[in-house]
Amino acid sequence: MRLLTARLSAKRRSPFAGFLVVLLGLLITGGAYTLLSPASAETSAADQSTVSQGRQLFLVGCSSCHGENGEGIRTDRGTQYGPPLAGVGAASVDFQVGTGRMPMARPGAQAEKKEVVYSAEEIEALAAYVASLGPGPAVPEASEYDTTEVDNEAVVRGGEFFRTNCTACHNFAAVGGALPGGKYAPSLEGVSNKHVYEAMLTGPQQMPVFSDGVLKPEEKRDIIAYLNSVQEQPNYGGSPLGSYGPVSEGLFGWLIGIGSLVGFAVWIASSSARSKKGVRA
Amino acid sequence: MSTATTNGKKAATVAKSNKLAAGAAEWVDDRVGLAGVAKKQVRKIFPDHWSFMLGEIALWSFVVLLLTGTFLTLWFKPSMAEIHYDGSYDQLRGVAMSEAYASSLAISFDVRGGLLMRQIHHWSAMLFIASMFVHMMRVYFTGAFRKPREINWVIGCLLLLLGSLEGFTGYSLPDDLLSGTGLRAAHGFTLSMPVVGTYLSFLMFDGEFPGDAIIPRMYTAHVLLLPGVLLALVGLHMLLLVYQKHTQYPGPGRTNDNVVGYPMMPVYAAKAGGFFFIVFGVTALMGGLMSINPVWRYGPYDPSQVTAGSQPDWYMGWPDGALRIMPGWETELLGFTLSWNVFLPIIVLPGLMFTILLMLPFIEAFITGDKRDHHLLQRPRNAPSRTATMVALMTFIGLLWAAGGNDILALKFSLNLNYITYFIRVMVFVGPVLAFIITRRWCISLQKADQERLLHGYESGVIMRSPEGSYAEKHLPISASEAYTLTARDEDAKHPMPAAVDGNGVPNRKAQVQTLRAKLSDAWHSGNTQNPTREELEEAHHHASHELEMHEAASHDDGQQHDRHGIEGGELKKH
Amino acid sequence: MTVDHPGVEGATRGNQDAVEAQHAAGRNSQDRHAGPVPDPGLEEHEPRPTDVDERAGRRAERQVALMFLLSALCALLFCVAYFVFEIGETPDEILGYGASNVTLGVTLGLALLFIGVGAIQWARKLMSDVEVVEMRHPTASSDADRTETLKALDQGISDSAIMRRPLIRNSLLGAMAMLGLPTVVLLRDLGPLPGDKLSKTVWRPGMRVVNDVVGTPIRPEEVEIGQLINTQPAILFEEEDGERIYEGTPLLQEKTKASTIVVRMRPDDITPAEGRENWGVGGILCYSKICTHVGCPISLWEQQTHHLLCPCHQSTFDLADNGKVVFGPAGRALPQLPLMLDDEGYLVAQSDFTEPVGPSYWERGDR
Repeated sequence: MRLLTARLSAKRRSPFAGFLVVLLGLLITGGAYTLLSPASAETSAADQSTVSQGRQLFLVGCSSCHGENGEGIRTDRGTQYGPPLAGVGAASVDFQVGTGRMPMARPGAQAEKKEVVYSAEEIEALAAYVASLGPGPAVPEASEYDTTEVDNEAVVRGGEFFRTNCTACHNFAAVGGALPGGKYAPSLEGVSNKHVYEAMLTGPQQMPVFSDGVLKPEEKRDIIAYLNSVQEQPNYGGSPLGSYGPVSEGLFGWLIGIGSLVGFAVWIASSSARSKKGVRA
Repeated sequence: MSTATTNGKKAATVAKSNKLAAGAAEWVDDRVGLAGVAKKQVRKIFPDHWSFMLGEIALWSFVVLLLTGTFLTLWFKPSMAEIHYDGSYDQLRGVAMSEAYASSLAISFDVRGGLLMRQIHHWSAMLFIASMFVHMMRVYFTGAFRKPREINWVIGCLLLLLGSLEGFTGYSLPDDLLSGTGLRAAHGFTLSMPVVGTYLSFLMFDGEFPGDAIIPRMYTAHVLLLPGVLLALVGLHMLLLVYQKHTQYPGPGRTNDNVVGYPMMPVYAAKAGGFFFIVFGVTALMGGLMSINPVWRYGPYDPSQVTAGSQPDWYMGWPDGALRIMPGWETELLGFTLSWNVFLPIIVLPGLMFTILLMLPFIEAFITGDKRDHHLLQRPRNAPSRTATMVALMTFIGLLWAAGGNDILALKFSLNLNYITYFIRVMVFVGPVLAFIITRRWCISLQKADQERLLHGYESGVIMRSPEGSYAEKHLPISASEAYTLTARDEDAKHPMPAAVDGNGVPNRKAQVQTLRAKLSDAWHSGNTQNPTREELEEAHHHASHELEMHEAASHDDGQQHDRHGIEGGELKKH
Repeated sequence: MTVDHPGVEGATRGNQDAVEAQHAAGRNSQDRHAGPVPDPGLEEHEPRPTDVDERAGRRAERQVALMFLLSALCALLFCVAYFVFEIGETPDEILGYGASNVTLGVTLGLALLFIGVGAIQWARKLMSDVEVVEMRHPTASSDADRTETLKALDQGISDSAIMRRPLIRNSLLGAMAMLGLPTVVLLRDLGPLPGDKLSKTVWRPGMRVVNDVVGTPIRPEEVEIGQLINTQPAILFEEEDGERIYEGTPLLQEKTKASTIVVRMRPDDITPAEGRENWGVGGILCYSKICTHVGCPISLWEQQTHHLLCPCHQSTFDLADNGKVVFGPAGRALPQLPLMLDDEGYLVAQSDFTEPVGPSYWERGDR
């Protein structure tokens, strides 16, 4: 570690860098606090109208599965048709509707990501309504998942969290993986910072919850920062071949490697063009 | 070369002797006296066919492996000592990792061309084993393994086994998350061995997994022991090839007693040498354009981490698949634990499959009792049982291979992981049997089609109308060389049924074994079409030409003959 | 053969031998292939354009030479690319790829390919393609050579008296066999004996269950239903005299056995086995993270089905039902770590695991 810090500070930072980072951190935290705390304290009339607008949308678009008051619907066999929504929080709605997973096109093993059907305002209204059903995680503020100010050490730490908590399902390159019974952990490529954050916070579908108490907000942000940094880095070695690991490598090795070399072998052994001139001329 | 003849109209003109080459050759011969041996080899004849170059891919990718591997050893540190990374790759800076992993990162990011060499090395390893596989398929399907080439078959099998081991020890060296996961599984496999497993694992890993010994130990095996043995076996393989001369496909002028092709110097020196550059070039392009084993994305090995899609390289995929579809059987016996669920698929099955592979030539020779030398290759269709056997084995391996990628299949094709597993559990038994039956029937049908072509000629595509108004397609006789090629096949070797008593009235003690072999050889060859006799062939041709005449006479009467009549068989064939 | 009448040797031979003799006679004989169609002989050589047309020949020559020149050019470009493109911390990019690797690979690949293609084109177009027939020699030695060699071998064996003096032979064989022992014994120090190392982990009663990576202890109120926490025993993060107690290889060795996951389910969903009723804290359970199949760490937790999937070979465990195997090749349930709260309200272990974790092994039942 000593070696590392020595090299790092020598290479990457001016003597004031640490001081600046701490200052910046303090400013951001303070700023975020002043922004956040009054918002949660007052409930304005405007919020009330958003909630009732959300309620209208909910009755049209969601209640057939989740019940008229979001109490959930069970089938005759006792399985869950649409789960109860009290306590899932605004973050959950923002993720599920904001990524197009909800409303579901048809019942299935897993809600798929698809085109978003609601506008940003409608999603906000729906989220406000569902949040009013019971306390749950709120939609995170932009500052919580903003990774522009994150330093490399945080990215490295994010990588460690990522490999410990995420790769088992989402794969080392975050391109997704299979789960039992036709379910899958989706690819994280192109997923917005906010939605990644919300997914960790709320545990959509089969994904476990990574609550703020256990995986701290800044640790979540580090994970997002790591994801962004590896997705931004060039593919050093050429085409990543889907990043599925040895299976896709084996496939391409056979198709392209053996395929082209056998092609060359056929060419080498084929007889070249013949001339009519010399024969019985 | 006194025995050599050519199809050239005049003997090749001997070029003016090259003074420089002659001088060098004399200098060497004065000292080692090799001219006696070399005189035959310089103009040694090799037959030309693309399928004879599959083994060459393996040979050349092995050379590429030696070259790139040597380059990698200049930087790689086979050490599991922990350090904190301070190289160029930002996302891992400061992370604790082994020196082996850190040096793999250094090769990838701090040595120019290092990543390229790593990737060429890995790609050519994949191609090395893949080409050994296809080469082996070619040898088996064409019957090239038969006497006198059984020893080379055995050497080839050993090369395949050692090549796979070499691959495993190689991809386990970088000590990234994926290779560590593979080693962890290998540790589990070792533990599953009854009685000795635990002790063996402690000896291999110098204590508990992962320990700090396994990578240096595997490194020695990977760069010294295994390549040495591989090199020696490759040399032996080639030596036998040169001594026994290459097999060839039957054809006009090509018999069991000769070999027809082009001389080593200059044609094969150019073709084989050129192919080396092509193999190297293709792997270099692959290394430049296609990422393989991006170790930096996996992160250092940590026994509490794993990634989705943790698979071995492709050639270890099928035992991994067997492991995946095995039910979770475990037995407690007198306080001891027997892990059938690991031991059977990963220790017993590969050993069994390898033994079967090794024994294939001897099994076939036992069944057919064939003691003849074979230098002419067979078409796969002419040995239906053999072809079907290999297709059944391939189906078995292929299904297990698919099972080894079941999670990727499930993800990419939106399938249910569990159903894939259940499906393959059944198919692994049903599939090979079906494959055997279908392939056998298919081969026999192809033989019949050949027979048809031989006796009645080929379909010319010309439809003839008879005076009665019925239509028939005109068949034209095939060329003499094609007819010869089709009939240039050995008689099936068969065991006769033994007599219970020999000529002197002494009871035959081996009767039981002989009966079994007779029955087996009967079953092995059953359904095979045999060459027609000369008389049968003549009669068929006579019949065919007679029919043709009848038709042509008829069409002549119609006055429509002009556009067809003049077309000769040979001409038609070219269209 | 017990009866031996020299005069009727052929007749006394078994059928089997007769077949072999017949095959041996047919060995290498020409007429084996005497099929119904006579061998028309080698097809006549047809010249190529380059054989008969000097211009075509020169064109091919230029073509081949061009390939070799292109190869040389690519080799030069390789050197240029080597020095031009940066690697390391600020690598150059081309179309999102690492510029150095791609350019080096393409130039080297083409440099090699052009040589290969050129050489083969040379062989195909310009080298003599008259087919040459070489006769095979029989693979086996001549009968005379064989007899002579066998005779020499017999002479050697009889001169050594190895068959006549069995004492020498047998004692030598014994000595050689015994030499195997030092070879095996010499490998003994490859590693220590297992002892009970595989059945013990660092978990002790009262040891905190802490977050992996950062080592923070966990309060049950921070854990939500559906939560998954990848955890380690606290001792792996503890320091003594400013140094970590476990570092490097020993750390990895302990992690191999002691890694755990903590999950929270609705208490109603959990069906604890007898004796395990008090192993959880309000629906929070702790299981070994090491698969009982071959030891991969498992943490693919489906919070709704309570199933845990191993990404290596798809063994699936039901964490609501004592870690029972519900699918896949694992033979045993996932070991559970009994949990309780310490005085400060953090999750701690009640004891070590009550059974060995990880893959099965022969002496596993000994514990």
